[in-house]
Amino acid sequence: MRLRQALLGAAALAVAAGAPAAPVLADLYVPLLTYRTGAYAGSGIPIADGMHDYLAMLNERDGGIGGVRIAIEECETGYDAQKGVECYESTKGKGALVYNPYSTGITLQLIPKASVDKIPVLSMAYGLSAAAEGETFPWIFNPPDTYWDGASAIIRYIADQEGGLDALKGKKIGYIYLDAGYGREPIPLLEQLAQNYGYELVQYPVPGNQMQNQSSQWLNVRRDRPDYMVMWGWGAMNPTAVKEAAKIRFPMEKFIGVWWAGGDDDARPAGEGAKGYKTLNFHGVGADYGAIQDILEHVVKKGQSKVASPDKVGENLYNRGVMNSVFIAEAIRTAQELTGKKEVDAVDVRRGFENLNITEARLKEIGLEGFMKPLEITCEDHSGHNPVYVQQWNGQRWEPASEWFEPMTDVVRPLLEQAARDYVQANQPWPERAEPCG
Amino acid sequence: MGEILYLILIDPFVQMAELPDFFLQVLWEGFVSGILYALIALGFVLIFKASGVFNFAQGIMVVFAALSLVGLYEAGVPAFLALALCVLIMLGLALGVERLVLRPLVNQPDIILFMATIGLTYFLIGLGEFIFGGEPKVMITEELLLPTGSYAWEVMGGLVIFQQIDIAAAVIAVVLMTALGLFFQNTRIGRALRAVADDHQAALSVGISLNQIWAIVWFAAGIVALATGIMWGARSDVSFALQIVALKALPVLVLGGLTSVPGAIVGGLIIGVGEKIGEIYWGSMIGGGIEGWLAYFIALAFLLVRPQGLFGERIIERV
Repeated sequence: MRLRQALLGAAALAVAAGAPAAPVLADLYVPLLTYRTGAYAGSGIPIADGMHDYLAMLNERDGGIGGVRIAIEECETGYDAQKGVECYESTKGKGALVYNPYSTGITLQLIPKASVDKIPVLSMAYGLSAAAEGETFPWIFNPPDTYWDGASAIIRYIADQEGGLDALKGKKIGYIYLDAGYGREPIPLLEQLAQNYGYELVQYPVPGNQMQNQSSQWLNVRRDRPDYMVMWGWGAMNPTAVKEAAKIRFPMEKFIGVWWAGGDDDARPAGEGAKGYKTLNFHGVGADYGAIQDILEHVVKKGQSKVASPDKVGENLYNRGVMNSVFIAEAIRTAQELTGKKEVDAVDVRRGFENLNITEARLKEIGLEGFMKPLEITCEDHSGHNPVYVQQWNGQRWEPASEWFEPMTDVVRPLLEQAARDYVQANQPWPERAEPCG
Repeated sequence: MGEILYLILIDPFVQMAELPDFFLQVLWEGFVSGILYALIALGFVLIFKASGVFNFAQGIMVVFAALSLVGLYEAGVPAFLALALCVLIMLGLALGVERLVLRPLVNQPDIILFMATIGLTYFLIGLGEFIFGGEPKVMITEELLLPTGSYAWEVMGGLVIFQQIDIAAAVIAVVLMTALGLFFQNTRIGRALRAVADDHQAALSVGISLNQIWAIVWFAAGIVALATGIMWGARSDVSFALQIVALKALPVLVLGGLTSVPGAIVGGLIIGVGEKIGEIYWGSMIGGGIEGWLAYFIALAFLLVRPQGLFGERIIERV
């Protein structure tokens, strides 16, 4: 009996020792909804690493934010909406300051919950585009750009290649997308722009269970002969699409993905065939930034990162994760300044996001000079509709293929506002904004 | 109404006639997909024939085998040595499954064994992610001396492009299926397998070792999984999403019958070619992306006519 008790006691101790420490109340608790497993892990892992490592670096280098340590807890969603909601429900009671769903499907589930639980949701350049309308969605933030900004930017870029918006008339633009909430999100905008500028939009949906079996879609592309292809892909869909495009000899310089279709591992597997493939981006790639070097110094070298090898630090999607955590950290810092408290709560952090103003000077201060364009969030505009640029795969790495340029905000913004009104109509009763501005 | 009938009954065939080179390309792509579906289905059939177990883990075995190969190579093992080690890993897996999963569950209802293979699926997913991580990996195509270029055939006023890796996949699949067919048709073990498939009790009574047969068929299914993983991995990449593609074997099995090797092959080709033609020529009418369910539709339509599948055994039970 004693032996049994001793064994049980030892087992209990082992479990307790292995379990992640619960955040103490004085910590800034930041849950990260990530996916390191499943069909979308190829895209999820570098982002999860980047998000984690920047926050971990702030802990190691600065002792946290404003002297308060950050308690980082990852919850594995597998890019599954149900698991994502489970992660949310199981962590929100621990004093979560903000949620990063990293899935449009999960974001759509959390949007109605955010205002009830009073925890902001940061869906950085994904999720519901209409959420940029801050008066309707005071708890949701989608900087630096919405999907509709992205779609309009790609159309503007194509127009520039062709000699202007008028030259789009009669062109055929193919749109290949993951047939899920994410891939369907920009379709209304692309259809509207097709009406405005006279191009023909041809759609090629890729069901989630066909991500690695796209030969039919690309045979259709070969038959239809679109002038350009636009892609909204994710996970295993991206490298397969790039390979298939190369296989049918589609001109890669006319194949343009959204920012989520631009992982290094999306282009690399196609080898020489991927050369010329383009995607949008809104931040720098590479490790030549002070903050990224600090991550290498304070986190990776100390073995506190899950990154597979140090040369993965600075890859495109890794830096995307870093940028996500920069937004979190800057919102918390802003909340601390606004409230005068060091230990802020989720309501304060929402205010922090709504007053976020990342200037050139601030970027320099945090070691990210030139990494991104300055960003300002307001009560009305939760996105920023920031400039983007086009990057191109040179066979080894991404390199810029355009200057920074603005999305078609003048076209997008009224459509977003209408979409926000439609959302409210479809989701009655939708709460009136009660949160003060400022 | 007339326009709809035209779009369904006439227009697709007009398109085929107008662009015959493209139609040939569609047939070729369907053939390659079909032959790979057939390979996966063959893994299911081998195990079902020998043990009556529907092996839900066949899909993850494809991923696990391919991941092991690339993982070993990335760890510094030369490509062909890694391939040989992978064969040993699949042998170890077969022996492990027979000893730890099948043997303790002998005489249990089929559904219990089926549930056990679902458990095995999740175990292999976890083990694979634990050892190799979740990142997609690039198949070591060139290191295995598999061809990577393409041939363009100018025909009927157009162009048909053949990827060399697809040709290799078709050749390897045909060779593997022929070898397995000959092995199980003409060897003592093959006859024992067929005896076990016909009647477990009778096979046992003449001294056939059920455990040995099970280990052999699981090993054969593992080799088939390895070949499929290499070929499909070379076409896209090696990631856990591949196991979803492997589930495409299910409609193939519905069509070909669970116990028929020729059924798996013919069923695979029908599904592969059928879904490509369906998606290309009829899919756009209803928004595209129909390939995911079209295979099941074809199989179910077939089932209405032949419930036992194309070559499946018709079971008649007198009451």
